[in-house]
Amino acid sequence: MLLRHTPTEIKERSALTVNPAKTCQPIGAMYAALGVHGCLPHSHGSQGCYAYHRSALTRHFKEPVVAATSAFTEGASVFGGQANLVQAIDNIFTVYNPEVIAVHTTCLSETIGDDVPQIVAKAKADGKVPEGKYVFHANTPSYVGSHVTGFANMTKAMVEYFAEANGLKSKTINLIPGYVEPADMAEIRRLATVMGITTIMFPDTAKVLNGPLTGKYKMFPEGGVTINELQKCGSSAGTVALGRIASMPAARALDAKCKVPCQILDLPIGLTATDAFVDTLRQTAGVSVPDAINLERGQLVDTISDWHQYLYGKRVAIVGDPDQVLALTRFLVGLDMRPVHIITGSPSGKKYEKSLRDAVARVPDAVNIRVPGDMLLFHQWLKNNPVDLIIGNTYAKYIAKDEDIPLVRYGFPIYDRMGHSYFSTMGYRGALRLMEKILDAILDRKDRDADDITMELVM
Amino acid sequence: MAKATSKLATESIKLENHDPEKIKARLLAKYPPKVARKRAKQIVVNKVDRDGKVPVISSNVRTVPGLIGQRGCCYAGCKGVVLGPTRDIINITHGPIGCGYYSWLTRRNQTDPDKAANGQASDGHNFMTYCFSTDMQDEEIIFGGEKKLKQAIQEAYDNFKPKAIAVFSTCPVGLIGDDVHAVCREMKAKLGINVFGFSCEGYKGVSQSAGHHIANNGIFTHVVGLDDTITAGKYRINLLGEYNIGGDAFEIERLFERCGITLVSSYSGNSSIDAFANSHTADLNLIMCHRSINYVAEMMETKYGVPWIKVNFIGAAATAKSLRKIAQYFDEEELTAQVEAVIADELPAVTAACEEIRPRTVGKRAMLFVGGSRAHHYQELFGELGIKTLSAGYEFGHRDDYEGRRVLPDIKVDADSRNIEELEIQPDPERFHPRIDEAKRKTLEAEGLGFSDYEGMMPEMPDGSMVIDDLSQYETDELIRIFKPDLFCAGIKEKYAVQKHGIPLKQLHSYDYGGPYAGFKGAINFYKEIDRMVNSRVWEYMQAPWEASPELSATYAWE
Ligand code: SF4
Ligand code: SF4
Repeated sequence: MLLRHTPTEIKERSALTVNPAKTCQPIGAMYAALGVHGCLPHSHGSQGCYAYHRSALTRHFKEPVVAATSAFTEGASVFGGQANLVQAIDNIFTVYNPEVIAVHTTCLSETIGDDVPQIVAKAKADGKVPEGKYVFHANTPSYVGSHVTGFANMTKAMVEYFAEANGLKSKTINLIPGYVEPADMAEIRRLATVMGITTIMFPDTAKVLNGPLTGKYKMFPEGGVTINELQKCGSSAGTVALGRIASMPAARALDAKCKVPCQILDLPIGLTATDAFVDTLRQTAGVSVPDAINLERGQLVDTISDWHQYLYGKRVAIVGDPDQVLALTRFLVGLDMRPVHIITGSPSGKKYEKSLRDAVARVPDAVNIRVPGDMLLFHQWLKNNPVDLIIGNTYAKYIAKDEDIPLVRYGFPIYDRMGHSYFSTMGYRGALRLMEKILDAILDRKDRDADDITMELVM
Repeated sequence: MAKATSKLATESIKLENHDPEKIKARLLAKYPPKVARKRAKQIVVNKVDRDGKVPVISSNVRTVPGLIGQRGCCYAGCKGVVLGPTRDIINITHGPIGCGYYSWLTRRNQTDPDKAANGQASDGHNFMTYCFSTDMQDEEIIFGGEKKLKQAIQEAYDNFKPKAIAVFSTCPVGLIGDDVHAVCREMKAKLGINVFGFSCEGYKGVSQSAGHHIANNGIFTHVVGLDDTITAGKYRINLLGEYNIGGDAFEIERLFERCGITLVSSYSGNSSIDAFANSHTADLNLIMCHRSINYVAEMMETKYGVPWIKVNFIGAAATAKSLRKIAQYFDEEELTAQVEAVIADELPAVTAACEEIRPRTVGKRAMLFVGGSRAHHYQELFGELGIKTLSAGYEFGHRDDYEGRRVLPDIKVDADSRNIEELEIQPDPERFHPRIDEAKRKTLEAEGLGFSDYEGMMPEMPDGSMVIDDLSQYETDELIRIFKPDLFCAGIKEKYAVQKHGIPLKQLHSYDYGGPYAGFKGAINFYKEIDRMVNSRVWEYMQAPWEASPELSATYAWE
């Protein structure tokens, strides 16, 4: 047994987190910053944090993840990190020459109370920021929120630093895709493009964290939203933000700063969430939905009807990031599956928890929900009330193996399988892929468990 | 410049034909002057004197902010490296969630909880698949985290009933002034199990290395010597600085078993805290990774009289040599004969595998930048395959790892290292007993068995090879552009950038999820893996056919 000490008996814990279902803010900030073209993320703290964040992102994407650090030593921790950050900015522009540096803090620099804008101003005054180059920042204290909060904060910083209203509203729609895969970002943009809509999407990690192998390493690859686009997003007609937790702060900030009205939607996971996304785009941009999209939608509906019998009534346990967990829960309930144990590690608020409870209102079984919860509790729930399927990140495989339950890997991090950065799970097509994964897991198990008499050729 | 580069980047050019000093100048040219001055002392062209002396290399010094390097932090070295692989202890990270999360199961230390070392019954404890954290929130940052830590220890005890609990401090803990040691003492008294803490805040020292030292101190203070039982077995040894990545320790244990050597404890691959407690009863300490663990060996010798020797089980010849060193030390006919029999039995398969593969690897060129010992050890295996090491360096080694322990008296202790406690160890009044007498030690030394000695990496590297400490991303890219090596060895963070250049990268921390590479069977695995990597077809696919000949032909193919 891998998790041989997990007690079936649940004792409430108030201080000890075991097997967390979240990690710290800076990694989310780093991921978001990688979605800006020519940007080098910078971790203002000791070098352990950036080493960990880079490693974790690299394991997930199997791609280069470059970032820099202020490399605090004990002295800097006592006297503050100004000298380190100024020196870092100088070295980064001299040696690596990015367009922009995105500084995020760590629990170390936050605890000390370093004032990043003031330090950056000093670096500028000292001539360390070359003409036409930028430094922006987000505060990402790791003792508040989670990696999703860090992503939200860095995305919001893009608006705060760069968005400008030029007085004229363009026809462009801003898309804030949320803490999703590069493939998801590409798919979200594709749907809008097929509808004939011009978009600015930020952040955008497509082609950054799923880049080609050509024999020529580019530290700053093709993809990413440009600073110019970020400046222009303040003059767009509207913003569609996907995922309340990851994307709402930036959308609201843009509305407040540049009066760009925003709509906050669920991540477009599954039929109805994608419907809402497409319909919102249609109305905001004043376009009609082309046949190509109707076809994609119809194919998804067709597939649901074809395979419904294997999904109906299946009990599912879901652990993941809040925006994904909510949208996924709604999708599964819509397939007549039964999400019965649901955990997100990220603190997401009472309103969020209520949305989750509403989403499962139709499920006939007793449903466990914990926001925020950890994967020890998740495992204990499973031991007490088993399920047919687990949906979670790579860490869930230890539970799946011990309890002999099929697993669909979903979310962050996925360290042990390919595909997530290339095949989207968003939109109608993404829903097809998600269904394929779910059905493969369920039907593979059915085949495995069938005896010689009941084995089915056709399903 | 561009032209010169493309000329250099051909297969026929070897380092010997370059002027390494010019390459060094090229690596430094882009840096601001202050940075260039500092890096100049960390980039050294190797030259071995007749008496084995090598040039001084600046190492274990601060990383330059903004330069992008490989290093991690003190916490990583303490929790991740030294105590992470110990299965039967609950390791609680005291701090915000990240640090504990990232060190959760990411280091591949295999363990076998159902088989205790030394033939003892196993209690089956294994907490390595779990991550325990106090997940500090802003209230604790403001008002202190001791109360939460106490409660967390209590909850760990209530839920899991472990034999021992260790607490690891992350960055904010030191700043807000939590006294983790006091909390641990209190909980130890309350729960009646061993509870101890480490002040291994990430900002201490300049790399993981500080954390290794702190971990060594902590284990030695709180665990070693708690159990004086002399367990059964002849030739009782400890294996230090071997972390059982990909099962390396299992392979070494297999060889020990075959030779009749008894492994009392291992630091800390496949290890248990019970075995640590008893480890001072061994008669010899073997050191694999000198950087991470030499402190425990030194302290054990001073306090209990257990001598140490450096070994290396990476490489077939090195493995045979290390086994022979053990036999030489114990100096008993029976052991010597058994060791020779095992070597004679195992070596032919290794040699056969090597001979089969070598024609496909000979003449290839590698670069190794990793850790604090592997950049040295793995040169052995590459040598066996006929692969030449053009350049190498450590991520967090010290001068003694590069130049050998002979330079220890000359190492200047700077402010960053002074902050890491050196324990004052005295011989134990009852339990100190030198395992061999002075005369015997002298004889063995005269026969070439070096005690308490590590010669370092540089004396074993050819003149003119480049030794670079704490390599930066920029230097990595430049070295690759200049030399186009056939293989680069580093870690996960470096892997994919190097591979985008079209050069395979072998991870020498995690082994790319392969291994074992230690011992005889490991050597065979490694030969095969390197053959696979340097001869993979994928590197031929980078250019599309239409990129190779972009001219448009005048006619369509089917016309
Ligand atoms: S929790 Fe804090 S110290 Fe730990 S990795 Fe995250 S930012 Fe760094
Ligand atoms: S230097 Fe290498 S062997 Fe030593 S602790 Fe580091 S990774 Fe491990």
